[in-house]
Parts: sequence; C-alpha cells; structure tokens
Amino acid sequence: MQELINNIVAAGTFGKMPETLVAAIVIIVLSAVVFLGIAFPFAGIVSWVERRVWARIQSRVGPNRVGPNGFLQWLADGVKHVCKEDVIPTDSDHQLFKIAPYLVVLAFVLPWAVMPFSSSLILADMNVGILYMTSVTAITVVGVLMAGWASNDKWSLIGGIRSAAQIVSYEIPAGLSIFPVVLMTGTLSMQGIIRAQGWAPQHWFLFANPFTFVAANILYVSALAEGNRTPFDLPEAESELVAGFATEYSGMRYLFFFMAEWGNLFIIGAIITTLFLGGWQFPQVSNNAVVMNILQLITFNVKVLFLVFVSMWIRGTLPRVRIDQLMSLCWKYFVPISFVNMIGTAIWVAIWPEGNSVAGYIMFALGIVLAVIFIQRVMYYLRRSRMELYFRPTI
Amino acid sequence: MLQQIIFYALAALTVGSAAFTAFSRNIVHSTFALLGAFMGVVGIYVLLAADFVAMVQLLVYVGGILVVTIFAVMLTQGIADVTVSNREVGVIPALATSVIGVAVMLYAVIRTPWHQTPVPAAAPTTYAIGNAFLGDYVLPFEVASLVLLAALIGAIVISRHEAKE
Repeated sequence: MQELINNIVAAGTFGKMPETLVAAIVIIVLSAVVFLGIAFPFAGIVSWVERRVWARIQSRVGPNRVGPNGFLQWLADGVKHVCKEDVIPTDSDHQLFKIAPYLVVLAFVLPWAVMPFSSSLILADMNVGILYMTSVTAITVVGVLMAGWASNDKWSLIGGIRSAAQIVSYEIPAGLSIFPVVLMTGTLSMQGIIRAQGWAPQHWFLFANPFTFVAANILYVSALAEGNRTPFDLPEAESELVAGFATEYSGMRYLFFFMAEWGNLFIIGAIITTLFLGGWQFPQVSNNAVVMNILQLITFNVKVLFLVFVSMWIRGTLPRVRIDQLMSLCWKYFVPISFVNMIGTAIWVAIWPEGNSVAGYIMFALGIVLAVIFIQRVMYYLRRSRMELYFRPTI
Repeated sequence: MLQQIIFYALAALTVGSAAFTAFSRNIVHSTFALLGAFMGVVGIYVLLAADFVAMVQLLVYVGGILVVTIFAVMLTQGIADVTVSNREVGVIPALATSVIGVAVMLYAVIRTPWHQTPVPAAAPTTYAIGNAFLGDYVLPFEVASLVLLAALIGAIVISRHEAKE
C-alpha cells in the first residue's frame, strides 16, 4: 500500500500535490474499487447461488430464466428494487427509518478494508485487524434496532430486539474464540496471523491443538448467529414475524438489508479462513510475485467460498431453533467452552511456545476421520431414502 | 494540515452529536445520536495513533453500551411524551448548578498547563498495553475486574429475585 503511494508520488502523476492528499486519493479510489467491484457484486451473485443451492436441496429448479442458468437474476432483482416505490409509513419515525439501512450497509462495507485477499492485496494491514473486523460489525446492531423501532410496527420491533439480543449474546463466544489464535501468534494483524500458519493443513490453526479446533467450530456457529442466518434467523422468521425488522421497508432500502446479509457471508468465511484455515497460504511454486499473488487470491477465495457454501447447506438442512434454545446454546454451552479453550490454549502455549507439530498431524488425521464418518453417514441416508439421484447442475 | 481538518471534522461530529443528545426532545433520537459521539471519539483515538484503544472503544461503547442503552430506552413505557421526571428541582437550582459546573470546568481547562507533543507516528500499542496490564498495573487491573464481577453477581441476584415474584 505505502509502496504504491510512494511510486505514484515519485512518478509525478499528480504534479506537485502534497503527498498526504495523493495518499488520500489513492486510498479512496482503491476502497471504491474494492467495495463497488467486489463487495456489492459478491452480495448479488451470492443471492443467486443461494437460491439455486436451496432449490437443489428442496428438489426444485430455482431461478434459471435471466441469463445463462439464471446467472443475471441478481441484476434483474436489483433493477426491480430500484424501480419500486420507496414507501415510508406515515406513522414511522421518518429520519431514523431512512438512516437505518445505511448503517447496516456501513457495517457490511467497513470490514473489507482489512480483507487479506493475498500477501499484498489488502487495503490496510492494521495492527489491530481482527479486532477491527469484529468491532465494526457491531454497528449492524444499531442499524437493526433503529429499523425495528422507527418502523412503528410490532413485527419490526420484535424482530429488531430479537436480532440485537442475538448479536450481543453471540459476540461473546465469537470474541473469546478469537483469543486462542491471538495467544498463539501474539498479533492481531490479519496478515500476521496468516503468516504464522503454513499452506499444509497440519500447519493450520484449525489443527494446531484440540482447543483451537473447538474454537473454530464455535466461531463459525456464532458468526452464523450474528449474521442472522438459519438456523438462527429468528429476527426475520417469515412464519412468525413477516420479515422481522425489514417488514415496513420496500424497494432499495429493503434490498440493502439483504445485501448486507449475503455479503456478510463472505466476511464470516474470511474471518474463519484467516484465523484457522491458513488464509491465502500457498506453496512457493514461483518466484514471480504476480503469479504467487494470483494463486494466493484463488486459494483464499476457494476456502471462503467453501464456507459460504456450507452456510447455504446448513440453511437448506436445519430447522430454525427456538429463542430459549438459542440463548441457552450461547450462555450455557458456548461461553463456558470458550473460556476452557482460552485457558487450555494458554497452557498449551506455555508448554510448547513454538507449537507442537506432532499434535498438528494427529489433529489433521482426526479431522480426516471425522470427515470420512460424516460422508459415510450422508451416503447411508442417501441410499436409504431411495430417491433418484442425478447430477445436472445446469437445467 | 490534512490532520487538522480531520481533527476538526471529528471534533464537530462528537460535539454536535453530544449536543443533539442533550437537546433533542425525543429521547430515542437522543440515544441514537450517541452513535455519532462514540464514532467521533473512535476517530480521534485513531488520529492519536491509539489503535487498540480506538477498536476497544468501538467494541465496548458502540457494540455494548449503546445497544444496552437503546434497549433500556425502547423497553421503557411512555418514552414518546416529554414529562418532567423530577419536579422537586426547578429551573433556578438547575441553572445555578450548571453555571457553577461550567465555570469550574472552564477554569480547570484554562489553568491547566497542557502538555503538547507532536502527533506520534502510528505504531503498534497492543503489546505495550498488554505488558502494562499484566506487569506494573496488575493490581488496579484485578481490582477493576473485581468491581465488574460484583456488578455481574448483583445483576443476576436482582433479576432472579424478580423472576420469583
């Protein structure tokens, strides 16, 4: 980042402008490219992928009319929502009603500043990167509560309060599950955490010791709960609350909430990938920096998109939990287990400050065994269900 | 130059939001205006190269305290109408108290020899903060956590008592 700015200043593209101003312009342009070119299209495309994936899980076809295999469905939806009337209820609190979607989108856009796409593709490698990522997403709560209250409608208010209660509760296990990794690396920087891991699975923090393995799973489930994803989508439970905090919204403002929700899937995946799955780490196959960066970019995105797919899979498979189950899962199980993880990792680091490579191999082997058992169970149920299986991704 | 512009913009955001919080007739609007005040303070911390403190401010104040405050305000009955909650204190005592308060604060601000240093370069502060907390300042740190523990237990006792009735 700093090198790029120095190069631009040295090249004299901007003449005699002060260096800070050039830096500001470069940062603003790059941020705009990342947000408009990656974040928003990603949110749109994920909405299409998600609808196709659910459709397959539920033995349907899904949207397949606009473009090849319905790929352009998200653009059509966007155009439709822009053209719709922006209805603002008479009895609502007009100013807060209008501001709320922007706050939610703000909370979705800010984490992309520290998204480590590859060893050099990162907007700002802050010293407090991971802390920044978890704390800026907290602004979502304020937007959701604002939307719920300003709509002046009981469904919206209940949805908003449920969402806030859920996010505030699950922030605690999520935050505590980040600590084991921070304890092991001694840094909060996204790139620092990724550099402390290796490209091979046994060098990932997921398999570093039993505590980090549990922490990774808790973090993923908590992140799904914070992102209002099924099985934790109580705030917008269609069968109970119409559309929760978004009930009174229409047009683009309504779409903003859901764009943030879909885009947050990438952020959830990126946090897990960075902390536990080795981030962009790829074996050094070439000395060319550009080639390496492209390979790292692909590695990072494959890992993140796999986690995004898993969350769609969960959404298609699991029923919604009740509010008391949600709260007891968080406070009675996740919070105590997270504390055990933290203390366990601290003891582990005290015994083996450099990490234990044997433990990495054993944990990786156990991970493979778990995966094999899982696939066997799935195959067993597939055979028992006697349904006609065929694989045709394009209909 | 650029830093000064940013500082004054952040100061204006903080003070403006705080003023809105104090003067708004609608208590819910006041509560939401606190967001601006907290975000302005976050920005000022970043400008002072206190990265860790800025992020903790964001996490604790915006993610925790503001949300709990909004909860409390939303679940209170009759928040929309403005009524004087304490009729014992009239305008004149309130005016006298605030004038004296402002006078004392202004006196303190003017008389304090402000320690001025150039803006430090952005450097990692987390390591130093961690060492300080678990080194020289371990006793104040533990005492503060004891206070929080007492507050936690107190909250649980109060809410359990209500549940029985």
